[in-house]
Amino acid sequence: MTQTATFGTGRSADGMGPLAVELTGVHKSFGHVHAVDGVDLNLSSGEIVAILGPNGAGKTSTIDIILGLSQPDSGRVQVFGMHPRQAISRGLVSAVMQTGGLLRDLTVFETAEYTASLFARSQNPREVLRTAGIADIADRRVNKCSGGEQQRLRFALALLSNPDLLVLDEPTTGMDVEGRRGFWAAIRKDAENGRTVLFATHYLEEADAYADRIVLLRHGKVVADGTSSQIKAMTAGRIVRATLPGASEEALRTVPGADTVEVRGETVLVHSNDSDATARYLLTQTAAKDLEITARGIEDAFIALTGDDPEPATPTSPWMTR
Amino acid sequence: MSTPTIASDVATRRAPALGGFNLTLLKLEVRRLTRNPRTIIIAVVAPVVFFLLFGLNRSYDTIKYGHGNLSAFVMVSVALYGAVLATTFGGAMVSMERSQGWSRQLRLTPLTPAAYIAIKVVTALVLGATSVAAVYIIGSLTHKASMSAGLWIATGFSVWVGSLLFAAFGLFMGYLLPAENVMQLIGLIVGLLSFAGGLFIPISQFALAVQDVLKWTPLYGLNQLVHTPLLGNGVDWTWVVNVLGWLIIFSAGAMWRFRKDTARV
Repeated sequence: MTQTATFGTGRSADGMGPLAVELTGVHKSFGHVHAVDGVDLNLSSGEIVAILGPNGAGKTSTIDIILGLSQPDSGRVQVFGMHPRQAISRGLVSAVMQTGGLLRDLTVFETAEYTASLFARSQNPREVLRTAGIADIADRRVNKCSGGEQQRLRFALALLSNPDLLVLDEPTTGMDVEGRRGFWAAIRKDAENGRTVLFATHYLEEADAYADRIVLLRHGKVVADGTSSQIKAMTAGRIVRATLPGASEEALRTVPGADTVEVRGETVLVHSNDSDATARYLLTQTAAKDLEITARGIEDAFIALTGDDPEPATPTSPWMTR
Repeated sequence: MSTPTIASDVATRRAPALGGFNLTLLKLEVRRLTRNPRTIIIAVVAPVVFFLLFGLNRSYDTIKYGHGNLSAFVMVSVALYGAVLATTFGGAMVSMERSQGWSRQLRLTPLTPAAYIAIKVVTALVLGATSVAAVYIIGSLTHKASMSAGLWIATGFSVWVGSLLFAAFGLFMGYLLPAENVMQLIGLIVGLLSFAGGLFIPISQFALAVQDVLKWTPLYGLNQLVHTPLLGNGVDWTWVVNVLGWLIIFSAGAMWRFRKDTARV
């Protein structure tokens, strides 16, 4: 799959305020690895957006650039219309990162008090600890807290400045199902007030369940960008495969139902959202023969979109052949 | 959806004053120091014990030394040793914060690098002041050390301000050395520098050629300067050059490592 499937997000800033995040043509290399390879990404206020992709797809590199922790080699980064570092210094952006640490010799409350004191304006640390569900362990030393409690503390610290953009890098790694559900319930409730949330995950289900919009990354490129249901429709589509000598990709793209197309010698592959219409058209309006329709599971499609194989996933379960 | 609200919110947000430096931070940093028993032992207990061992010899109170007695001289030396250890340890605490990932966490807050360094230096100086105060209080309670009230204040203040040099040294080491053994290493280094600088034994005990080298070690100039008010022997310009030279070297080293550490890749 070599094309980017882009859908409207259904939301737009409409000039009513700066975009929460605006990445334009962002590139970032580490040695020979092109970690971020020309990413364009606009987030409007109030969206909950998932950056989905396998390990090494460039999720963390992209997030580091949005947070100003890393400088892009080229391209433009704006957060609320300013440099990421400016946005952070004004408390507009907070993040819960995989790598962020805590001081072991402070208590939970002291850690919150410490962080709150750094902002020009911040919420009451006690109230934020209550929101994060750790008010009862406020006086416990951080080194006596469990991993889950420390993660909640990191979340509380991120809420102290009442940020307009909250960035979460693999936020539920290591949480059990119950913890994951509780965490997302809190995030969703919080986002109702207009907060933009951007999270990275490699769990398809997590992106599906909690994001308004999913940005699929592969090899540092955005390969798909749309609402959860749009991505689902796309990944749940079928592949219509036929022998059709002399076909051009341009012509095939006009075939009813076609999302993406590919020509391999005499074989054509049409990734279709309406396989019946596609097949009917190919068989009646073109010289196509040996037609085969293959369904693929969401997982297969996800791997096809984000995996290392440059070819579409090999159809594994032909269930209708004409 | 509340874009207009977000837009007006964006407009009203401000960065904190002083890059985030504030007294709550200082309070919590000092509290962290008090929670580390090793810090207290090294910065307060050890110098006090050293003074009790070496500063109270039977005849030290009768041997006149400059405008005071030998006991006072030893007290100033021990206070300097304690303050230097304390500020070095205070500065080197950055190595723990780096290894615990806290430095990275702070980069997601408005705290500027300069304000972070400032809070570390001020915290180290608070620990240094505690060390000097502990030695001087014990010195006064044991009634052996004798000099004028003005000299107690002048020497104590000189020791404390001078220990700033080693807050810079501690920061440099904290960014340079791995966290697991930084504390052991700097304890050893400060011990060696103290010998070389004549804190424990006068460097006149060494051969002349060796003395010429030792006079340029980081503690020699400072050791001479803090005893100057007591001895009343005037200031040699090479001591000042020594202290300022090493201050520049340590600060530049700390800045170099610090920039490497926080560089946005």
